[in-house]
Amino acid sequence: MGKIMNQSIFNKKNLLLLGFIVLLIAPLFLTDFRLNLLGKYLAFAILVIGLDLLWGYTGVLSLGHGIFFGIGAYAMGMYLKLEAAGTTKLPDFMAWSGVQELPFIWVPFQNPILAIILGIFIPVMIALLLGLLTFRNRINGVYFTILSQALVVVVVTLFVGQQGLTGGTNGLTSFNTIFGFLLASTTTQTVIYLITAAVLAMVYFASKVLINGRLGQVLIGIRDGENRLRFLGYDPAIFKTFIYALSAGIAGLAGMLFVLQVGIISPTMMGIIPSIEMVLWVALGGRGTLIGPVLGAILVNWAKTTFSESYPDIWLYFLGLMFVIVVVFLPDGLMGLFKKFQKRWSGLHDKQPNSTRVEKNYS
Amino acid sequence: MSGTILTLFNGLSLGSILLLIALGLAVTFGLMKVINMAHGELIMIGAYVTYVIQSLFLKYVPESFFDLYFLLSIPIAFLIAAGFGILLEVSLIRFLYKRPLDSLLATYGVGLMLQQLARSIFGAPNVGVQSPGFLNGGLTIGNLVLPYSRIFILSLSILCLVAIFLYFYRTANGRRVRAVMQNRQMAECLGVQTRRVDLGTFAIGSGFAGIAGCALTLLGPIGPTIGTYYIIDAFMVVVVGGVGALIGAVVGAFGIGFFNTIFEFFTSATIGKVLVFMLIIAFLQWRPSGLVSSRSRALDE
Repeated sequence: MGKIMNQSIFNKKNLLLLGFIVLLIAPLFLTDFRLNLLGKYLAFAILVIGLDLLWGYTGVLSLGHGIFFGIGAYAMGMYLKLEAAGTTKLPDFMAWSGVQELPFIWVPFQNPILAIILGIFIPVMIALLLGLLTFRNRINGVYFTILSQALVVVVVTLFVGQQGLTGGTNGLTSFNTIFGFLLASTTTQTVIYLITAAVLAMVYFASKVLINGRLGQVLIGIRDGENRLRFLGYDPAIFKTFIYALSAGIAGLAGMLFVLQVGIISPTMMGIIPSIEMVLWVALGGRGTLIGPVLGAILVNWAKTTFSESYPDIWLYFLGLMFVIVVVFLPDGLMGLFKKFQKRWSGLHDKQPNSTRVEKNYS
Repeated sequence: MSGTILTLFNGLSLGSILLLIALGLAVTFGLMKVINMAHGELIMIGAYVTYVIQSLFLKYVPESFFDLYFLLSIPIAFLIAAGFGILLEVSLIRFLYKRPLDSLLATYGVGLMLQQLARSIFGAPNVGVQSPGFLNGGLTIGNLVLPYSRIFILSLSILCLVAIFLYFYRTANGRRVRAVMQNRQMAECLGVQTRRVDLGTFAIGSGFAGIAGCALTLLGPIGPTIGTYYIIDAFMVVVVGGVGALIGAVVGAFGIGFFNTIFEFFTSATIGKVLVFMLIIAFLQWRPSGLVSSRSRALDE
């Protein structure tokens, strides 16, 4: 038993390392355009790890991670916008909407360090607040999901409505430099790409440590039997709120890396459809595994780019169909499929010797 | 003064639209604990059915009978939406009864496909539906004009409410539905065919979405995403109202309708939405499971 475990972990580790090395040397063999796309997918992959901690491990489905992602992206965008404004100290769209002075909300974003901190801090605070107010009252399951979606509507309408403060439907774009480096240059983009890959690796390993520790066991306990855990003396609300806030912070971080590579953030990129697409990445890859959602995010976005280049109409059909197929036929996603085949190949399709697994319960 | 009355009337009108949409949701969610995210698209189907019937009337029916199209399209929209509901239940939802979050995602996928289907058939731009002549104009009170179309929607939603109430509380079928809602296993033991109750109730809930879509054509042009515009508010109605009884949905709908209109009147459309959301969260601190919740000794509801 121990030997098999060691061997499989060894293999997995090697594969992961190989994947990371491929990501690191990708700039050598990809064109600038493709590298930029891959960087975008990696930013999504970072977000998806957080979402998976929340949904795959804790069993709480949030349809509102788009806004955490968006707020992070806006925080970075605001800093970039202010740097692009240069001596006038006022972003261009504000002048168009007749704003004379820099609004006080924008003032902290003149400082890049502060902007980065706020890009994580604001999503965390929103999630903490909403999490405490809902989980403590045992508003769970679909009720929480609906509320998280309503949060998206509220925040998006707010961002669209405050034209002079957020750039309205156009969002923030036409950035120029970051820390004085030209954002459009190949070198800057490559560095940002490498940073994204490194952040992905760090978030991945931090989550791995978290999941393998005691906390991870508690989270899985909450997913599979919240009341049992409550009777054992744990307070599920605290854990859920913590994970919700953590995943919101990760989403904010991902948003910042996203805007650096895509160069635009607008309310449509944080709305209902993007938020639910993120959930699909997790579901398709395999919730409850860390590597699955990462692969899911990269795969689906790659498919989306390919599809919408040639058949933009079919994409929504495809998206909808994938939801149905994954939920009905592949509840454990591609990783579940992969494990099934792996078992068949190695002839281990019989029950495992230590079969004390509890049925996963995503209710 | 007239401004106040108009605001109140608008709140009442918004509330009645939400009620019409949320009635179907409350029925399906209350019975099966299934969140049907495609409900908005069933509304869209109802709206397009009205559009098609209107176009057919314009083409083939003498002009003097044109106004009848609307009266005809209400039952037809109900039937077609109910048909789609049955299809959805049989082909997808019944496999997901024990997994509410999964059914939410799967029906969301169906909704996306239906939206794209409508886009392929009718085109992405909104289409206008000509209101029947008898709903043009409005009731004049002093210097106020209350549009007939909104009064019609208000009466329609009250009519639907009464119909649902009578069905649930005064017929044998309705009693079976309530029995299954309260205790599925016990109802099954007593010989209620729960599968048939599920199917029938889901069809009725979907049918009311069709009627709601029909009513929405009176308010403006319709498009493939017309459902998503209202659906989240309608879900909030269910969350606030709870699923124990119809009265919850009524109070939730008119409550959200009123506060939405009042907040928007005093602030702006965007700030109003934020305030309503905060109010809902605050309300849930007081009643976490909604205004009317069914009591039960089961641990996991």
